[in-house]
Amino acid sequence: MKKILTIVIIVLLSSVLLSQEFDRKTTFVAGGALWDVPSNWNPFVPWDAVSGTVGLVYETLFEYDTLNNSMKPFLAEDGKWISDNEYLLKLRKGIKWTDGVDFTSKDVYFTFDVGRKNEEAPISYVWKWLKEIKVIDNYTLKFIFSEPRYSEWNTMLYDQGIIPEHIWSKKTAEEVINTDNKNPIGTGSYKYEVATNDKMVWIRNDNWWGKDVFGKLPAPKRIVIPLIYSNNVALGMLMKGELDLSNFFLPGIPKVKSFYNLTTWYEGKPYMLPGDSATLYLNTHKKYLNNTDFRKAIAYAINRDMIIKNVFEYQSQKANPSGLLPIDSWMKYYNKEVNKKYGFDFNKEKAKSLLKKLGFKDINHDGFLEDKDGKKVSFEIIVPSGWTDWMEAIKIISKNLQDIGIKADAKFPDEGVYWDDLTKGDFDMAINNYGNEASSTPWTYWNSVMNYRINQDVVEDGNFGRYNNPKLFKMIKDFNTKKLGSTESYEIASLIEEEMLKNMPVIPLWFNGLWYQASSDYWTNWPTEKNPVGYPCSWSGYWSRGGIDMLLNLKPSNHEE
Amino acid sequence: MQNKYFRKKIIIYLITFFFAVTLNWLIPRFMPGDPMSLLMAKLHGLNEGKAALKSFFLDSFGLNKSFFEQYLDFWKALFTGDFGVSIYLYPKPVIEIISKAAIYDIVLLLPAVILSWIFGNKLGAISGVNKKIDNILMPIFYFLTSSPYFWFAVILVYVLGVVMGLFPINGAYSSTMLPSFSFSFIIDFFKHWILPFLSLFSVMLGGWAIGMRNMIIYEMGSNYSKYMEALGSSKKLIRKYAFRNAELPQVTGLALSLGTIIAGNLTTQIVFSYPGLGYTLLKAILNQDYFLVQGCFLFIIIGVLLANFLVDILYMFIDPRVRYSYSGEV
Repeated sequence: MKKILTIVIIVLLSSVLLSQEFDRKTTFVAGGALWDVPSNWNPFVPWDAVSGTVGLVYETLFEYDTLNNSMKPFLAEDGKWISDNEYLLKLRKGIKWTDGVDFTSKDVYFTFDVGRKNEEAPISYVWKWLKEIKVIDNYTLKFIFSEPRYSEWNTMLYDQGIIPEHIWSKKTAEEVINTDNKNPIGTGSYKYEVATNDKMVWIRNDNWWGKDVFGKLPAPKRIVIPLIYSNNVALGMLMKGELDLSNFFLPGIPKVKSFYNLTTWYEGKPYMLPGDSATLYLNTHKKYLNNTDFRKAIAYAINRDMIIKNVFEYQSQKANPSGLLPIDSWMKYYNKEVNKKYGFDFNKEKAKSLLKKLGFKDINHDGFLEDKDGKKVSFEIIVPSGWTDWMEAIKIISKNLQDIGIKADAKFPDEGVYWDDLTKGDFDMAINNYGNEASSTPWTYWNSVMNYRINQDVVEDGNFGRYNNPKLFKMIKDFNTKKLGSTESYEIASLIEEEMLKNMPVIPLWFNGLWYQASSDYWTNWPTEKNPVGYPCSWSGYWSRGGIDMLLNLKPSNHEE
Repeated sequence: MQNKYFRKKIIIYLITFFFAVTLNWLIPRFMPGDPMSLLMAKLHGLNEGKAALKSFFLDSFGLNKSFFEQYLDFWKALFTGDFGVSIYLYPKPVIEIISKAAIYDIVLLLPAVILSWIFGNKLGAISGVNKKIDNILMPIFYFLTSSPYFWFAVILVYVLGVVMGLFPINGAYSSTMLPSFSFSFIIDFFKHWILPFLSLFSVMLGGWAIGMRNMIIYEMGSNYSKYMEALGSSKKLIRKYAFRNAELPQVTGLALSLGTIIAGNLTTQIVFSYPGLGYTLLKAILNQDYFLVQGCFLFIIIGVLLANFLVDILYMFIDPRVRYSYSGEV
């Protein structure tokens, strides 16, 4: 009996010692980036590669600093166009993969080459306009383009994670796509530590090359990204200091923020940085919606100020007529005169008179308009069920349209059904923002809302309303093939804005905030308007857009316990 | 003679299993939309790269085969124990996802269902025979059973979690911990377990208690009770018989609850961010992940059938009438 008792005690004691708990003071807990059980670390299957796979482990050639609109050298030391179709890339020396192998040109070559050898890899599309890559020496490469797409290439430089040749060259073409790539080996500031059903844990790479370049390592020893199922749980955790960074849309933040000492980007309105541009797509294959003036009438009828106030509590901003996010990279192409001349804003009378001109009248006096032939006009507006802010927004839009006599019912299908309707053109009006997030070039936005690939059964690349305007499509393509900042690029940008506003293919609504709330219980020196030391976002893809700068500048709070 | 009973039952169960599994395969595929286009939606920014990836996945999931072929493949795979690979949690095998999630459902729901059943029946029985206690307990039971799970859970979170700060409000354990067989982990796990458990236990308790109370009152008023009373049996004996009769529908109810345990309780999981199969299933349905939906429902089907089977056996012990009817003694 005594023996058993001692064994039990020993087991208990030793298990206490063995228990794995991270030191909270050196751990950074970031919520909002993980919505499913972490299951994939493959940078070629980007829909569910866990946040951090690209940016923290697999680094990009450049880092895009969204705040200052600049490309910061990362894995690359320098990169420039040496002729119209040749891009010379110099790599940083002395970088090692975490398994000790040197990082060289052949890794960069290999990463792009995956797409050339393997048509099924998403990166393969580059080879439609990239002709060849010449490895000049261990740290220099020359990219020769058949059709240089400057804007697209620019985004690639900070979105494409570079993978190690010595590991991935052993995989078959199929494995490159279907491996879950658990425990990825990268060059980055963090390494894979563990992934459980409810979180992802990254551990700092203390030998990171950035230590010498930036003079420091990121302060957090570990980054924990917990799986949080709903916004209210996130709010609760934030209040209790269990979450350091929250990238959730949380209603009520303006009210509770000071009470719980939470940090947001702006102290007051609009609280958040602009994150993406939400647009109302109008199905131009539907009767009435194919008419430019009718679409304009709808644009004039929507009271966006009311949406900003009632739905977002001023955490979002009203979109300008072009829908270009108020960030430097996009705004420098914003043509004020064009927007003033052709732009729109809430104006009920104007909307009504446009409809009157088109011959709409309320014949049977039911409060809704009928067309010239006496036919009823009615639409549906859709957003995915459960997206509460958008659901409230389309209720307001529905009400606004009712005020000018148009019947438009707000509907909330499940996300799958919503996406099906949207891509197959089976809707009247829908809000969407995919592809409209902040980037280094407004081309990404135009290429999304007015994409030219509309003549197929399933339209997945934007322009869900299937608005057809070859002239406009050509301009957008032209913009892509002009160097950013060139005189021609400005000219084309103005033409695009003018053509867009004259025709109203989509209606820009508001700029969703880059949702960000932080607690200072464990970490301070958060990025804010007055202290712009990084991009406060932990979402997948944002680490290389300034997220890493936030990590580098965080400071531990002085805890006295 | 009991063999005949079992043979009949087993055949019925096999037929039920076949149809349930077939429906389970069929229904997700009749949902509007398809899983691939939803996934492609998430690939924004890739544009031209999407088409290539899409064809690879349609092929590798066999979604470009004919309906009938897919159905045959499904049965073939099922018999080799292969549940396929999840689409939206690609490339995780379905069986791995389910087994890792189900453990939380079992740890949370099994005690909640069983304990609420035991206490609910006890309290209901007491309430059914004692008018004074009944007047106090009945309103409480009705309040509990008619509270929606999520509402009750939110109240618990707010009062015990946020205001009083007694318990953590999210997850199965602290986000700074890893599961291990250690003392501090077990304590941490238990702390996280209490609120979700209480929310389920309390609401379920109300339901069981009301059921039991009503059954007892009904049985006490039935002819055999009156007859026994007329014969001069003691109150205690009458209660004992009433209880044994009242118990029967409760046992069936318990079996059904146990059977669906694996699906977890979705609302509780979402309120507490507690891992489990319910949330996984919801996400699988929303993402039209055919394979994961199939896998989850298969577990539910097996669970319900198994629980029913156990009840059938149990009935032979607790209800002599069933036993006699099959052994021909009546």
